[in-house]
Amino acid sequence: MSRKKITVQGAGICGLWHALTLAKAGHAVTLIERSEKPFTDACSQYAGAMLSPFCEEEGTEPLNRDLGLRSLELWLETYPDTRVQGSLVIAQARDLRELDRFARVTEGHERVDGKRIADLEPELEGRYETGLYIAQEGHVSPHDALPFLLEAVRGAGADVHLGTDTIPDKSDLVIDCRGLAARDDLTKLRGVRGERAIIRTGEVTLNRQVRLLHPRFPLYVVPWSENRFMIGATQIESDETGPVTVRSALELLSTAYALHPAFGEAEILEFGAGARPAFPDNQPRIVVKNTHIHVNGLYRNGYLLAPALAELTARYIVSGETHPEVFC
Amino acid sequence: MMLEFYGTEIGSRLLIGTALYPSPQILSDAVVASGSKLVTVSVRREAARARSGQGFWELIKQLDVHVLPNTAGCKTVKEAVTTAQMARELFETDWIKLEVIANDDTLQPEVFGLVEAARILNEDGFKVFPYMTEDLGVAEKLVGAGCEVLMPWGAPIGSGQGLANPSAMKTMRAYFPDIPLVVDAGIGAPSHAAFAMEMGYDAILLNTAIAKAGDPVKMGRAFSQAIEAGRLAYESGLMEPRDMASPSTPVAGTPFFNIDSA
Repeated sequence: MSRKKITVQGAGICGLWHALTLAKAGHAVTLIERSEKPFTDACSQYAGAMLSPFCEEEGTEPLNRDLGLRSLELWLETYPDTRVQGSLVIAQARDLRELDRFARVTEGHERVDGKRIADLEPELEGRYETGLYIAQEGHVSPHDALPFLLEAVRGAGADVHLGTDTIPDKSDLVIDCRGLAARDDLTKLRGVRGERAIIRTGEVTLNRQVRLLHPRFPLYVVPWSENRFMIGATQIESDETGPVTVRSALELLSTAYALHPAFGEAEILEFGAGARPAFPDNQPRIVVKNTHIHVNGLYRNGYLLAPALAELTARYIVSGETHPEVFC
Repeated sequence: MMLEFYGTEIGSRLLIGTALYPSPQILSDAVVASGSKLVTVSVRREAARARSGQGFWELIKQLDVHVLPNTAGCKTVKEAVTTAQMARELFETDWIKLEVIANDDTLQPEVFGLVEAARILNEDGFKVFPYMTEDLGVAEKLVGAGCEVLMPWGAPIGSGQGLANPSAMKTMRAYFPDIPLVVDAGIGAPSHAAFAMEMGYDAILLNTAIAKAGDPVKMGRAFSQAIEAGRLAYESGLMEPRDMASPSTPVAGTPFFNIDSA
């Protein structure tokens, strides 16, 4: 294999996985990131970071599921704190039809009754009579996973340049993982605003991510370390990254409260909002323009798709092989 | 005869809401497949805020259909009026689908505020499409306030129950023979839409039934065909239902096949 000089632009989840994968493959990789302090500009920092290939099948092509399943393997190989405890999907009694619909448009789940739900999540005993359990799903925590990946990139021998968007001379290839910042080059890219909250309480324990279906506000709660819970995420057709609105905050916090009233006493640690890069079909793309390769449009599935996309990009660089649904 | 709102001809009797789709591409494909020529857009969330939703708005514009902004989620007259004024600037249209919502559980119209907001907006030069209950008194007040289109609900928004009160819907059609009537909300299946069209309703506005279908593009076509069938049936004149059987083949003179086998 010929060793190439490759510049990866953008140190969000997509750029980090590309830099890591390509450096491990033996290329001379430079990762450049415009922000001085890593991750401050990346929408990945606000992610739920769920690795849910089956749940994310709702309303999308099977492509996401297949890439997601491969990514899950790559996360487990690479990051020791990848947690695979499954997902629980539930709905309030009045919204049970949403659960039926979700079951119809996704796969990989089993129906669980109230007793099984109580086995899985003792805190939810007596609160939900039916749900879906997807054993093969997991999550990471962005606050820990992003710094880990950055260190791994350095450890794999790549140069990391923060606070710059200047591409070093003599790069053979540029892998452009800038997300929305690349929208001048990728005109169909748009922003989809996502807002999330982080709360803390010792009164509730969850073993796994819980999705609460709702006809208007389908949200989820992910348990993090140190009694923290991440509640996400809204989806608004807007590229604005400003502060969380009162309306969204109400939606997010109501979800936690509806899931378990003890969340009512939790402390609010943080609200945050980012704009996810998406193409009109919400599917990811690898766009090859000679020696400039865009990897973009990961939408709400950055953590789920980045490892598998990086693998596809690396394979393309070596063999010219292109995945028909991803490359264009 | 073509559907007309405030003097503008609309090429399809299916009007589509743009929320809840899996992706803008699927929304776009569904609108094209359905042949719809009018879509509603929520001002509050999708496109407002100094045009930060430009990407989505560009996609809608490419559809080349009439855009009817709505005041979804507004609960007071003031909120609805302000939102309508924002919509006029953002979408460069004086059309507004006026929603004043009473409560979050049923999303039912708050008809007192609705009539007041409709009067204010009509006086301000808007062309108002009010989302309302099927109440005749409210309908009269809205017409009195200047509305030239009425949009009674079939059932609560997103419920997919079909027409909850068909006899009141029939009465309303009979009472307002000359005003375009649109069933807005509650439609779950193409048969619900066909039923309303057979009654003589002029158009159907729906969102969830297509957006949340397993295949929204195919469902868009299904609704389009059902609505066309219902309209044709209305124009051709339905037969009157009867209590007794009435043979479609004349009995006199037909051979009695069964006698021989005895």
